[in-house]
Amino acid sequence: MGRVRTLILRAPGTNCDAETMFAFQQAGAEAALVHVNQLIRREERLADYQVMVVPGGFTYGDDIAAGKVLANELRLKLGEDITRFVEDGKLILGICNGFQALVKAGFLPELKDASPRLTLTNNDSGKFECRWVYLGVHKPSPCVFTRGIDRLYLPVAHGEGKLVVLSGALTESNIALFYTDEQGDISAGYPHNPSGSAGNVAGICDSSGRVFALMPHPERHIRGTQHPQWTRLGARQYGDGFQIFRNAVEWAKNL
Amino acid sequence: MHRVEVRLKSHLPDARGLGLVKDIDDLDITTVSTVRVVDIYWLDADLPDDELDLICRELLADPVTQEYQCSTPSFGGAVDQQSHTIEITYNAGVTDPIEGSIIKAIRDLGISGVRAVKTAKRYLLQGHPDENQVDVICSRLLVNPIIQHVVRSEQFGFPENPQYQFSLNQVEILELDSAGLLPLRRQFGFTDDELEAIRAYFRQQGRNPVDVELETLAQTWSEHCVHKTFKGKISFGGTTINNLLKSTIMKATEELNKPWCLSVFEDNAGVIDFDGRWALCFKVETHNHPSAVEPYGGAATGIGGVVRDPLGTGLGAKPILNTDVFCFAPPDLPYEKLPRGVLHPRRIFKGVRAGVADYGNRLGIPTLNGAILFDERYLANPLVFCGTLGLMPKDLSRRGQQSPGDLVVVVGGRTGRDGIHGVTFASEQLTGESSAVSYSSVQIGNPIVEKKLIDVLLQARDRGLYRRITDCGGGGLSSAIGEMAEATGVRVDLDKVPLKYAGLSYSEIWVSESQERMVLAVPPDCIEALLNLCASEDVEAAVIGEFTNDRRLRLSYNGNLVGDLSMEFLHRGRPQVKREATWQQRQYTEPDFGSPPDLGEALLAILGSWNVCSKEWVIRQYDHEVQGGSVLKPLVGRNNDGPGDAAIIRPVLDSERGVIVANGINPKYGEIDPYWMAASAIDEALRQIVAVGGNLHRVALLDNFCWGNTDRPDMLGALVRAAQACYDMAIVYQTPFISGKDSLYNEFQTDGETISIPHTLLISAVGVMDDVNRAVSMDFKAVGDPVYIVGTTRNELGGSEYFRANGFIGNSVPRVNPQRARELMNKLSMATERGLVRACHDCSEGGIGVAAAEMAFAGGLGTTIHLKAVPLGEPIERDDYILFSESNSRFLVEVAPENKDEFEQIMGGTSLAVIGQVTDAEMLEVYGVAGRKIIAKSLGELKESWQRPLRW
Repeated sequence: MGRVRTLILRAPGTNCDAETMFAFQQAGAEAALVHVNQLIRREERLADYQVMVVPGGFTYGDDIAAGKVLANELRLKLGEDITRFVEDGKLILGICNGFQALVKAGFLPELKDASPRLTLTNNDSGKFECRWVYLGVHKPSPCVFTRGIDRLYLPVAHGEGKLVVLSGALTESNIALFYTDEQGDISAGYPHNPSGSAGNVAGICDSSGRVFALMPHPERHIRGTQHPQWTRLGARQYGDGFQIFRNAVEWAKNL
Repeated sequence: MHRVEVRLKSHLPDARGLGLVKDIDDLDITTVSTVRVVDIYWLDADLPDDELDLICRELLADPVTQEYQCSTPSFGGAVDQQSHTIEITYNAGVTDPIEGSIIKAIRDLGISGVRAVKTAKRYLLQGHPDENQVDVICSRLLVNPIIQHVVRSEQFGFPENPQYQFSLNQVEILELDSAGLLPLRRQFGFTDDELEAIRAYFRQQGRNPVDVELETLAQTWSEHCVHKTFKGKISFGGTTINNLLKSTIMKATEELNKPWCLSVFEDNAGVIDFDGRWALCFKVETHNHPSAVEPYGGAATGIGGVVRDPLGTGLGAKPILNTDVFCFAPPDLPYEKLPRGVLHPRRIFKGVRAGVADYGNRLGIPTLNGAILFDERYLANPLVFCGTLGLMPKDLSRRGQQSPGDLVVVVGGRTGRDGIHGVTFASEQLTGESSAVSYSSVQIGNPIVEKKLIDVLLQARDRGLYRRITDCGGGGLSSAIGEMAEATGVRVDLDKVPLKYAGLSYSEIWVSESQERMVLAVPPDCIEALLNLCASEDVEAAVIGEFTNDRRLRLSYNGNLVGDLSMEFLHRGRPQVKREATWQQRQYTEPDFGSPPDLGEALLAILGSWNVCSKEWVIRQYDHEVQGGSVLKPLVGRNNDGPGDAAIIRPVLDSERGVIVANGINPKYGEIDPYWMAASAIDEALRQIVAVGGNLHRVALLDNFCWGNTDRPDMLGALVRAAQACYDMAIVYQTPFISGKDSLYNEFQTDGETISIPHTLLISAVGVMDDVNRAVSMDFKAVGDPVYIVGTTRNELGGSEYFRANGFIGNSVPRVNPQRARELMNKLSMATERGLVRACHDCSEGGIGVAAAEMAFAGGLGTTIHLKAVPLGEPIERDDYILFSESNSRFLVEVAPENKDEFEQIMGGTSLAVIGQVTDAEMLEVYGVAGRKIIAKSLGELKESWQRPLRW
């Protein structure tokens, strides 16, 4: 059993690639930055990796809609590779812009969905906002990445994070993460739910639990000094987001 | 041609429309109930229906939230009788970055044959606005005629760019008399002396110059590029200063001679050693004039430009932090006071904020530090300072040098007619007509082109594929290549430069300021690898010439020689400017009001003033977490909303070392004495570094002077005094300057009156911190802790917020004793290093009063302060003066009771006293000198006053 190989996908406008790579390395994985063109031109093979991450950023400027141009590129040019990757039992993680791209490509909530029934759109506030949010893990979800986690405190930084869902598009098991208030109440409104996201949902996964995407940034809270109040509360060694990467690496070790 | 309209399904709230309704409301127009925004796409193509439908369904419209139509009638119009529709698009020649993405994405769908795309926005205003109100909404909110216009859809067409016919344009100067030269003076912005020097040069050559040669000289000799005022000969108070820059700011750096200064005043940014392996480079620029005319595009390209400075320093640094400082007129300025041709400050503020955020966020650079100041005189001349910190391997931090035979390669964006004459524009006064004539100086930036450029250049750097790099900024290729080739010479084929559209003359290509371009010197044996690397990430790169060894600048177009200048003349032929400077301190009326018995309302008023109030509305819209290095964020405390003093990041993720970035700026002190303004700005920036747990051992400074018209002796005298203070302070604090920039001529003429901006000096400081785990935030943390004041309070309220709130300026400007300040800061740093400081906040605007209130509501804990315990440098009887004095070099410090003795021992010999305690009362209580309670305010009320003004 070798080391877990993680592919951090880059595209024009990706900008959270370096810290996402660092998070995976800290969690014990090997990680490589791979440009989407390298996959399309077959200079790199998705099949050589166990984990694929679509990190945060503003791919193609988020022109037309956030993640839309990358979504089409993934669906039309790499759709088969990605489908096989998931069928092989491997893991996909989408963070922020990665969430937007995976949803708009139709890879979430289920890979084989016939027509898109959910999307991410402009925050109700009409603004891009960078703020820290409390998250609660939805226990019935099969999500591999959130195993053993109850609550998280992570930053969001986005303008188009509002999940809009047509009725019946999400099952109980698709819901992986809720926005909550400090006490864990999952019905708290703005600013706890920074976007006005439907049902306070902050992250979703497919029914296998291996394709997971979220708007908050776990890679921005992997060590104690990233917590906004560490100078008040003292710094712990690891930040809340770190367990997500550890879970992914632990799972992928068995592939 | 196809027209596609996309809008939100009607049951969904339109966030963009809601924001606009709020803005319309702010104009006191109440007849618009809702606004919905429709996105319009014009496709220049003849597509079969199924392909057009595919584009709409799978690309342009979101199937869940949006609906589309590609035929008439338009959404709105006949469909919704209640609505008034306005459709707006960009002017011809303004490149909308979205268009490129759409063309790419359509190609991804397997559809070819779309030649061009234009976008427009259609606003459906529901309600009953009258014609006049619609005009107001258009002119104040929706349309900036510099870049946009209202369209009637049936008139729309794709303009054809005229083809350019080459003809050599020689300009007659040899035979002209001085009256005949006047138009040239005006066109190129030359002084009389400069024109004479140029004429003498071309006489020697025996020919008239070609237009592109005059353009090159105008760009290279502009104030923006060579800082001719700072480098001029200035007679001041009976002495002659030969080169103000060298005799003050650079002199301090030279005398301090710090071994950790790796590259100062010679490259696009100053460079210091970070940890022996990595180096930091830092640069702050201004983008004032473009932001006055088109706030969004002007500010966005300001960020884009300054980010390319670190990228073009040494062999290239990765941008890791942005800082932004803005100066605007107050956002509540009545529209009646707005001169013709000037945008309202609220619109400038919102536009600038959006431009900086959209560009900076897209580049993935955290915006962690800044300030926003307000004064009516910034009305027509808003100031937009953008700074970028970069990180690079230390051994690549020195500027590269090309060899003859190396290729000139332009990388990144294509060249268009953007920003032609931006440099000369930046060095001129604005008038009411500027908005009309300066359209070509403004462009919309494309951050993703720049992001791709950064991504490939850092890879090329690490693979050693080029020998030298510089950015294309003011003056475009002309300045970049002209400067690079000074020591060798260069030959450039202008027809090889990739263009956005046809029709540019050789001269326009050479001076265009199109964004997102860098120039490289590439050895011939690396060119193939470089071009392949660029192609692999869809970045355009073109070989446009070759460095030579003849020390000449030779330009050709399609084989025709169009320019031939000696480097010697280009870089050393400019006659030195000679100026007169005088300075005399103005006397202002001293306040005559008595000290109010209760100072609670006065404190609320200062907390709620534009300068002091919370800037959270701005900060939250910047990404300050990206890159994962943040240690101390701009907003701190119990609810992540208190005003942090300085930002700390960890630039190398697996290291414990940190970087602190801070700034100081005090234009209101400059009205009294620019010397003490500069000294105060330096002290303020250094205070912030120390307040968050840093020390002065390795701190470097940047200067950015924004001034009025320095042809006026009193303006220039003020500049000289400020520069002298920079020298005096830097020497004592031992903090060298490593880079700087100036923007002069910031004045505006209206109705025969000249309005100058206040003298404004921004000091930016960058400090290295050995261990980020020692960081301290400003919020109170534990009930029962004593609160110390460190430093001496004097009767120094000249230019203070308190005086301003009462309608006075006064004369007692805060001074600095740098020897004592340095000693005090060093001791405080020692205390934080030992972990003895629980919270620390520097006293600046609003003095002790504002600092205590901010620490309290940021921590969610009350405090009781006793003014009679405050150490005074001179007798002060008035409670209000002690509470709101803005004396420099002061801190409020919270210390745990068990650390009191050790703290006091370390601080021994400094002015120090316990003036209060942290309480659980959720109140700020202040007792006056006589022991009477003069403030009792709840934290809620204090915080609300502070947060309310900018809760937009």
